[in-house]
Amino acid sequence: MVTEHEVTHIAELADVGINTDELGAFTHQFNAILEYFDILDNVRGEQAVTRDLCNVLREDVVEPSLSQEDVLRNAAHTEDGFIKAPRVM
Amino acid sequence: MTGHGICFEPDDRYNAFLTTCKHVTHGKGKLSGVAVAVKDNISTRGIETTCASKILKGYVPPYDAHVVELLKQAGAAIVGKTNMDEFGMGTTTENSAFGPTLNPCDTGRVPGGSSGGSAAAVAAGMVRMAIGTDTGGSIRCPAAFCGIVGLKPTYGRVSRFGLIAYANSLEQIGPMGHSVTDVSTLMEVIAGYDRYDSTSVNKPYNHTPQPEIKGLTIGIPGEYFGAGVDPKVAKVVNIAIGRLEELGATTVPCSIPSMEYALAAYYVTCTCEASSNLARFDGVRYGPAADSNKSWHAAYQEVRRAGFGTEVRRRIMLGTFALSSGYYGKYYAKAQIARENVKRDFARIFSEVDVIAGPTMPTIAFKLGEKSDPLSMYLSDIFTVPVNLAGIPAISVPCGKVEGMPVGLQIMGRPFDDERVIDVAYAHEQAVT
Repeated sequence: MVTEHEVTHIAELADVGINTDELGAFTHQFNAILEYFDILDNVRGEQAVTRDLCNVLREDVVEPSLSQEDVLRNAAHTEDGFIKAPRVM
Repeated sequence: MTGHGICFEPDDRYNAFLTTCKHVTHGKGKLSGVAVAVKDNISTRGIETTCASKILKGYVPPYDAHVVELLKQAGAAIVGKTNMDEFGMGTTTENSAFGPTLNPCDTGRVPGGSSGGSAAAVAAGMVRMAIGTDTGGSIRCPAAFCGIVGLKPTYGRVSRFGLIAYANSLEQIGPMGHSVTDVSTLMEVIAGYDRYDSTSVNKPYNHTPQPEIKGLTIGIPGEYFGAGVDPKVAKVVNIAIGRLEELGATTVPCSIPSMEYALAAYYVTCTCEASSNLARFDGVRYGPAADSNKSWHAAYQEVRRAGFGTEVRRRIMLGTFALSSGYYGKYYAKAQIARENVKRDFARIFSEVDVIAGPTMPTIAFKLGEKSDPLSMYLSDIFTVPVNLAGIPAISVPCGKVEGMPVGLQIMGRPFDDERVIDVAYAHEQAVT
C-alpha cells in the first residue's frame, strides 16, 4: 500500500505536480494497479537476454541538419539565438 | 512536389481529426493522390503535431517523420492529423485533450484506441488509408472496434524516426485501411531500413496478398477463448477460424501460459519507458512556456501539471515509482523476465504452427464512459499486448458482428513474417466478400 504522502512524493520526483483534490483518487487507483502488478512476484524464469542488435554509431562528421531558426521556432523564450530556461540554481 | 493537388473538406462529425489540411499538393507514385490520414503522434513538417495533448498545443515540427517522407515520395496526400488517446495512453480515444472520437458504427460507443481517430476516419470513408501506432494494441483495437483492417508490423520493420516516443521498446507504426490490399500497399510504402532509427531492421516489404492458405497450420491458444472473453465474440471468431479451415488450413490447440503475467509486464514496462520518454516535455524547447523566473522544478511542475492529462500523469508516476530505488527488482526486472517468457512461448508455438489466431479484443466497442476506472481499461488489452512484448507482427481483420458492432479476427505471425499474416487475413477477407 502506498500512502497519500508517498504519492505526493512520487509526483514531486516525476515533476508532474498533484492537486489536493485529486490526491485521494490517485492514491486509490495507484494502489489497485500496484496490487495487480504484484502478480509479477510469482514470475519464474531467466533474465532477458540482450537483443541481437548492436549500438548504431556513425563517424563524427558534419551533416546537413536543422537551421538555428527552425530549432528555436517552437521555444517560448529565446535570447541571442539561445533557448531561455528556468533558473537551475 | 508537382502541381497535382486535392481538396479535403470532410464532414468530421466523429471528431476523428485534430488538424485537417484543406488543399494538399502531392507527387506521383504508388499512392498518387490517395488521401492518407496520419496519427497525431507522428511528426509532420509544417503541420501542428500535438499527440492530443495540451502540452504540445501549437507545436509545429521542423521535420518529417521517416514514414511521412516515404508517404510523400509515394505521392500520398497527407490530409490531416488524427485524434488519439493523449500520447497513445488509452484504449478508447477518450483520453484526448481535444475530446473523444466517436465510433462511426455507433456514436454512443468509443472507436477504440489509441489510434481511434485514424480508424474512425477510415471507417467513415473520410480517407482510404491511415497511419496508426501500436504500443499495446493501439492499431488492432480500433481496427476491430470500427470494422477495418489494421496491421502492427514486426518491431524494427517500420522506422520510428519522428514518432514521438511513449514506450519505445514496444511501439511500432503501422498501416490501417478498408481492405487487406490497401493495408498491404501502405505497408509496402512505409517499411524499410532507416539509419535514423537504431532499432531499424533492413527487411523491406514487397508483397502482393495471396489468398492461398492450403496446408497452413494455425495455432488456437486456449487463453484467447477462456474466461474474460464475451462468448458472443468468441463464437463469431470461431466461425471465422472455421472459414480458414474450409480453405484448407489445419488448426491445432496451443497454450501461452506466460499470458498470466503479460498484462502486468506490459504495463510496468510501458509506464517505466513513459516516465523517461516524457521527461522531455518541460515547456522549454516547445510547448506552453515554463516561467523562466521560477526555479527549475517549480516551473517544470507547473507546466506539466497543467499540460498533461490525468492518465498521462498517472503513467509517468507509476513508471517513476516502479523504477525507484528498492522497487526496480520487484517490478521492472520481473517484468523483463515475464516478457522473455512471452517471447519464448511464441517461439515454441511457432516451431509447430505458421500463425496463431484468436479475437483481437475480448468484447465489442465499449460505450462512451464505460471504462472510467483505469485498471478495468488496462485489462481489456490482454489479447493485444503479448504481441508487443514479443515484437511479432499481428493483424486485425473484420470477421463478423455482435449486436451490430464489428468483431476483429487477430492473426499473429513469426517475427518478420508480416507477409504471411497479411495472406491469412486476405484469405479470410476474400472468403467473406
